[in-house]
Amino acid sequence: MPYSEMMVKPMREEVSRLGVTELKTVADVDAALGAGEGTAMVFVNSVCGCAAGAARPALAVALQHPVKPQHLYTVFAGQDLDASARARSYFADYQPSSPSIALLRDGEVVHFIHRHMIEGRGPQAIAADLIAAFDKFSSPERVTNRE
Amino acid sequence: MSGHVFHPGHEELHGVTVVVEAPSGRTVVGRYHERTETGVLLHDVAVHDPATTEMSRADWIERQMKFGVKADHRHMVVPHAIRITRLMEWTGRSV
Repeated sequence: MPYSEMMVKPMREEVSRLGVTELKTVADVDAALGAGEGTAMVFVNSVCGCAAGAARPALAVALQHPVKPQHLYTVFAGQDLDASARARSYFADYQPSSPSIALLRDGEVVHFIHRHMIEGRGPQAIAADLIAAFDKFSSPERVTNRE
Repeated sequence: MSGHVFHPGHEELHGVTVVVEAPSGRTVVGRYHERTETGVLLHDVAVHDPATTEMSRADWIERQMKFGVKADHRHMVVPHAIRITRLMEWTGRSV
């Protein structure tokens, strides 16, 4: 059952103010991910005070890195149920968990950070993993090499 | 272990996904809740039983790490746990 929107709003804003586009409907998700072009990150947000409380600050740190995916999206698990389910259909090989972070390139999942990779870790450690993935999968050189 | 307790008032592993090795030979992956007199209580649990699967434990755990935990049980108490390891810190060692 979704939580009070009043309670969730700050958690949404903590991500959206980073320049991450919030996908709240199935149509939003399909419009964003359906084409499967370029590099994209999907941050699956969560009310979980422990893991998400570390993941959101980690995302803020990671997005200061000069290399990042071309498209930055977020869905809110447990809140925007249909949109979250639809987003997860684009990385269906991976078990749903939240918070979690998927990196996609041309529609294929190239890296996935599960909740179990976030739990009990500080934002800086999580951010370091995310930045390493950005460098590996989102750098212009990498994209060029594929062409 | 980092020593970082992210659920104040609980054990350090509370809320963390762990690998629990049981004397039966079964291996359980789930989110640690607490240790009680009856065993370790886990949530969202997947079980590897060498008697019923051909996949090796190492391969099974690797799969949980890469693709996430495919929970077979919402909750489980594992009595007499031999070893508890964070899934993130699993190195494939045998009991």
